[in-house]
Amino acid sequence: MTASPSTAPASKSGGAAALLDRAGMLLILGLLVVVCSLTVPNFASPNNAESVLLQVSTVGIVATTMLFCLASGNFDLSVGTLIPAGGVLCALVLRDTGNLVLALGAALGFGALVGLINGVVVAKGKINPLITTLSTMMMVKGVAFVFADGKSIGIANDAVLDLANAAFPVFHNERGGVLFQITAPVWICFALFFLFGFLLNRTLFGRNTLAIGGNEEAARLAGIPVDRVKITIFVLQGAIAALAGVLLASRMGIGDPKTAQGIELSIISACVLGGVSLTGGVGRMSYVIAGVFIMGIVENAMNLLSIDSFYQYIVRGAILLSAVLFDRFRTQR
Amino acid sequence: MSNVAQPYLVFDAITKTYPGVNALRGVSFGVAEGTVHALMGENGAGKSTLLKALSGAHQPTTGCLRLAGREHVFTSTSAAMAAGVAVIYQELHLVPEMTVAENIYLGHLPQRGGIVDRTRLNELASSQLRRLGEDIDPATKLARLPIGQRQMVEIAKALTRGAKVIAFDEPTSSLSAREIEKLFTVIRDLRREGCAILYVTHRMEEVFRLCDACTVLRDGAHVRTHASLQAITPDVLVKDMVGRDIADVYGYQARAHGPAALQVNGLAGPGVRAPASFSIARGEILGLFGLVGAGRTELLKLLFGATPATAGTIRVHDAPVTVRRPADAIRAGIVYCTEDRKKEGIVPIRSVLENCNLSARRSHVSFGGVINETWERENAAAQTTALAVKTPSLDQLIKHLSGGNQQKVILGRWLSEDVKILMLDEPTRGIDVGAKSEIYKLMFKLAAEGMAVLVVSSDLPEVLGLADRVLVMRQGRLAAEFSRADAAPERVLAAALPVDTAAA
Repeated sequence: MTASPSTAPASKSGGAAALLDRAGMLLILGLLVVVCSLTVPNFASPNNAESVLLQVSTVGIVATTMLFCLASGNFDLSVGTLIPAGGVLCALVLRDTGNLVLALGAALGFGALVGLINGVVVAKGKINPLITTLSTMMMVKGVAFVFADGKSIGIANDAVLDLANAAFPVFHNERGGVLFQITAPVWICFALFFLFGFLLNRTLFGRNTLAIGGNEEAARLAGIPVDRVKITIFVLQGAIAALAGVLLASRMGIGDPKTAQGIELSIISACVLGGVSLTGGVGRMSYVIAGVFIMGIVENAMNLLSIDSFYQYIVRGAILLSAVLFDRFRTQR
Repeated sequence: MSNVAQPYLVFDAITKTYPGVNALRGVSFGVAEGTVHALMGENGAGKSTLLKALSGAHQPTTGCLRLAGREHVFTSTSAAMAAGVAVIYQELHLVPEMTVAENIYLGHLPQRGGIVDRTRLNELASSQLRRLGEDIDPATKLARLPIGQRQMVEIAKALTRGAKVIAFDEPTSSLSAREIEKLFTVIRDLRREGCAILYVTHRMEEVFRLCDACTVLRDGAHVRTHASLQAITPDVLVKDMVGRDIADVYGYQARAHGPAALQVNGLAGPGVRAPASFSIARGEILGLFGLVGAGRTELLKLLFGATPATAGTIRVHDAPVTVRRPADAIRAGIVYCTEDRKKEGIVPIRSVLENCNLSARRSHVSFGGVINETWERENAAAQTTALAVKTPSLDQLIKHLSGGNQQKVILGRWLSEDVKILMLDEPTRGIDVGAKSEIYKLMFKLAAEGMAVLVVSSDLPEVLGLADRVLVMRQGRLAAEFSRADAAPERVLAAALPVDTAAA
């Protein structure tokens, strides 16, 4: 029996599929913008664009470091309470000292400290990051309430209020009102997208993060300082979450310990929606940007359509689930 | 082929196409009842893909299987199982936290009124295991069994489902010599009972000891089926596999040795019970032989700083070095290719480029850790070219490469460093013949350039074929040392066998 097989080369290369692979969620984001512009009243207005940008900035800022967390195979829930805690701390220090630098330093320092605890417990103590950050999330929530004595703290300092309201460029309409502007939180969010995108793609830190998420033992045996990288990620994550909290507080004019409830899940959903793998090793900043904006735009569109917030939860959950299923289908091909 | 004596299992023109790859190109052959049929071929030749078609894990693009003349295309593993086909993989598909009996009957546990009948379960499992000549308590947790017995559990599992076709995927790769004997006895029994057995292996001696027929695949195509192995020599099969002659597999060449490259004194730690002292000269290839579990890997991991040493000193090129973590060892010029590529070597979901540069970038980054991407790409291109890595591009995910090519990428990763001592742990395990000889050649070349090479292997002929000097480990201790001239296989093996058991 000597079969001499003939070969039929595979002609199906799948150009559309390859494009989906590369552009993926960005393509869907573009489609979403077009569809919403055509179907949702008031969606395609300068005013609405401004509010979408502002709305997504908080989630966007924290998602930049969450990307590193997830890409390294970790997880951080504590950002959910670090955001209000950062705002509270900033407001408190401002009330007592009036010093903006000190207030910012206190908030970011506290965030970094919580991140350090998370990082050390996860990396050195080998405790599951979900449990670790669930614990610190509760503790930080308590700390914020204790500091604020359960109340929200007003911010009277102009410098801080300006922090969030500084805008460039500002376009005016014919009556002299603001037509469209990009405010500081949005610029900061964009700057962080760029900064952390660069860190992930172009630096050793980013490569090591992905390698650890892809195969921690192999990374360790390649001489990568695994623990140090993990701790760094958590510290950055904590500080950035606190920064987002400060910006949120300055936008609102109060440091409120009860604000931003459940935001940690929105942040993680946005990352996953964009295609960041929860098991680590896969992630790009473009994924995160797409995820953050898809979430934000869907939310915005539903608000414009006056959909009850109870239904909004159902829709957001369904979108996340279908995104994950779509991703599964895409990678299994 | 007419209807006369149609083999029980027939692969009929099986083709499997993945995007961009023809994994199988019309493979046809038959496996008769009551025979052990070897399936050989280099890695990437299509053996695993064929097994997946057999087990129902993947469906062939075209072609079909026939069992006793009936056509089948299995759409799931349970469909294959129901038709009496069992595939026993290298990585066993068992649940370590469950008992032996539960594992055997998983999915069809004997029940009474919806509750698992434990007494009956254990009795059934026990009798099934006795049929295989195993005396295992069926209530033991699987995790407690050594790998050889776990394999028996997997076989028992297959038999309880009435498997008539059993395929083994390199079953002996992690077994001891004694366990291999036992496995062979069981396989011969299965043959006598009329099973059609497909046996995938890289080990030539196993083919000639155990198998009745042999099929060779190359690049997804059927090369030849030898219905009888009587008049066949290993050279013929090797030639079928690689499509060329390999004169001397190892190609050993004597070299002049320089001064000591590595001096180890009193090194001890987890898995290394007695302090180990030895040295390697520049340009020397030192073989470290021992049975599985003798502490070879553990010794290398101590040297590399992957596990912390409790005692001992290390000198590299006559200068003392402190090794607390792998980065220290790498800086000192000691590198380590791990035994388990998948778990400890590659980052599967990242590219060849990234895997190749995983540790080498340190000296090629600028301020703030910014990577010099041009250098990275050039380095990866140079390494993969020098090592003849077969990959469509540097951006290909490394998991899509064959074992041999993955190993070469890891070698390339280390050779990007300033290596003084190269430690290779089972460098050719699960690697095809062609890639093996390339890796041997590379080792000799590196040694000739003055590198000290420490190679661990369970394959005795390999150690003897490569090494200038052989160290033997036994039960966590360095037990013996042989020069190349003195290293007769019997003597080396005798030194490696446990001393306190009569069974050896």
